Amino acid sequence: MAWTKNVLRVNLEAGTCITEPLNMAWAHDYMGQRGLGTKYLVSEIDPKVDPFSPKNKLIFVTGPLTGTMAATGGRYSVVTKGPLTGAIACSNSGGYFGAELKFAGWDMVIFEGASAKPVYLLITDGQAELVDATHLWGKTVWETEGIIKKQHQDPQIRVASIGRAGENRVLYAGIVNDLHRAAGRSGVGAVMGSKNLKAVAVRGTRTDAYQIADPEAFFAATEAGKKVLAANGVTGQGLPTYGTQVLMNVINELGALPTRNHREVQFEGAKAISGEAMHEKRPTDGKANLVTNGACFGCTIACGRISRMDPNHFSIKDKPQYKGASGGVEYEAAWALGAANGVSDLEALTYANFLCNEDGFDPISFGATVGAAMELYELGLLTKEEVGFELPFGSTEAMVRLAELTAIGEGFGKTIGLGSKRLCAKYGRPELSMTVKGQEFPAYDGRGLQGMGLAYATSNRGACHLRGYMVSPEVLGIPVKMEPQATEGKPAMLKAFQDLTAVVDSSGLCLFTTFAWGL
Amino acid sequence: MQKSLQIDPNKCTGCLQCEMACSWENYRSFTIAKSRIKVFSFHHEGRFVPYTCTQCDEAWCMTACPVDAIQLDPVTGAKIVLDPTCVGCKVCTIACPFGTINYVAQTGKVQKCDLCDGAPACAKACPTAAITYVDSDWTGFEKMRQWAGKTDTNPATV
Repeated sequence: MAWTKNVLRVNLEAGTCITEPLNMAWAHDYMGQRGLGTKYLVSEIDPKVDPFSPKNKLIFVTGPLTGTMAATGGRYSVVTKGPLTGAIACSNSGGYFGAELKFAGWDMVIFEGASAKPVYLLITDGQAELVDATHLWGKTVWETEGIIKKQHQDPQIRVASIGRAGENRVLYAGIVNDLHRAAGRSGVGAVMGSKNLKAVAVRGTRTDAYQIADPEAFFAATEAGKKVLAANGVTGQGLPTYGTQVLMNVINELGALPTRNHREVQFEGAKAISGEAMHEKRPTDGKANLVTNGACFGCTIACGRISRMDPNHFSIKDKPQYKGASGGVEYEAAWALGAANGVSDLEALTYANFLCNEDGFDPISFGATVGAAMELYELGLLTKEEVGFELPFGSTEAMVRLAELTAIGEGFGKTIGLGSKRLCAKYGRPELSMTVKGQEFPAYDGRGLQGMGLAYATSNRGACHLRGYMVSPEVLGIPVKMEPQATEGKPAMLKAFQDLTAVVDSSGLCLFTTFAWGL
Repeated sequence: MQKSLQIDPNKCTGCLQCEMACSWENYRSFTIAKSRIKVFSFHHEGRFVPYTCTQCDEAWCMTACPVDAIQLDPVTGAKIVLDPTCVGCKVCTIACPFGTINYVAQTGKVQKCDLCDGAPACAKACPTAAITYVDSDWTGFEKMRQWAGKTDTNPATV
């Protein structure tokens, strides 16, 4: 196992950075990442603590395979008490940041207290210090990464930061690393903002950061694992070609694509926002939305979407910063920004997704909340005067406008930033909020896929598709095909998936490996 | 037959398996910072480009070295840094037009791609064949074949 055996404890109040030994007994029992980070959190905080209190802690934690050649071994998790759910929030991210932390000499960083003024943590090979971030406050994720790299004259620094959504405590603000990879859900970015912590910047070049017990056997095992991923239809073909967006048409056909705040289960615009559509040449400029696929650290699947918008799209006409390529829509984002609101303009979805990455907020919770607001509007419970503009289902302009307003907390964006549970409660219709523990359902309808419904209901971080992916048996037939609408045998299968997911989330690897390496 | 690394940026996904393989080969560590091949991300163009030494026939680094620490491997054609001889003067890093020979503070020597004695670890590790090791005389062969396929000189088949 690739442990540096070092934990960095940062006290934001005192301004200290102290290294302590990793609790190896816990590393053995709870593996790493999700398991280990959660163990540290529950051991150190009062469960009743206010998520925004300085007494809450924020933990960045890697797994035993993070920063190794094991395919997809680049993941890290952020664990804290979350403001959206009031439960333990544990959000997982890829990119290159987690591996860099390992090469710098730490497995984990624990942030305690809150800083009096904005700061960022700078980590370089065995050294860590808090640096004034007054000049970064109010900047986006994209600006912050650029400024930090320039300031330290090192283009190879990896940065994880919050945008204005985290600063303004949008309840589903995330932490974004490497420009478009996010610990996205449950509001971990809002907790970071409450601590006046703008970013964590890391440069790691050590060859002795960790020791592997049997290096030759490890190397041989990684080689074998890569071959299995390449040979599998999902990880070797589907995901590289279409990303998770391979699902849009499939789920829609099944009648399990939640549409217009779950009023319907099929979306007439699904095809236009699908993975296939991202490959098609646009009539406007003759270019496809998708530029290429991209990988996270060590990943031989490479499901990531890199998109470039139509430069003449109404949303970005005079905004050159969005005309280059960047992280495009994945399935969840395409659903939330699109089908959940009845919007079928792929370019508008891409723009809103850019904004989610740029200012650090979760497209799932954001899009689902806009969908709920649209339903309230159609029912006459929300008025044009309150919103500032018309908000019917299917309004591309309204969805885009709200994406622009939410992170900066202006106008009705402030209310959208509370999430759908608080929004619907405010307007007297709590049952219109499609949430569990206050967290929005993702892109599969629990009525069409009964196992996924059970997965949402029993997920320990609120509604989530990543705590037990019943789409595998119910749609893809992995490990066996299960009838989507049946309930028989589902609890036991879900339990197996929840356990499997807990292991993978604790290892440093990506959940997508389970299509090939799983049950 | 002499062979060369052939790089096809269109196939690269930025996974850095090549960088880890290189570091593994030379340091028995996955530290990408020590890799002799680097993948550059041109984020706003959506391009990833692996880049390393192309083993110039008349190698500027070798010519510039004042202590003859860079030698030709007659079998692979690689220009190899002899660590015991290298004094870390870095003149070669100035002479190289491409920036593909670099100083390593940890060892006090320079390092560059040595083609792993004829079995480059980066090419072996690459999952998409963005890096391959092919006949030096025919690095353009695949590209030629693709373009050849686009020609159609027989109207009868149209």
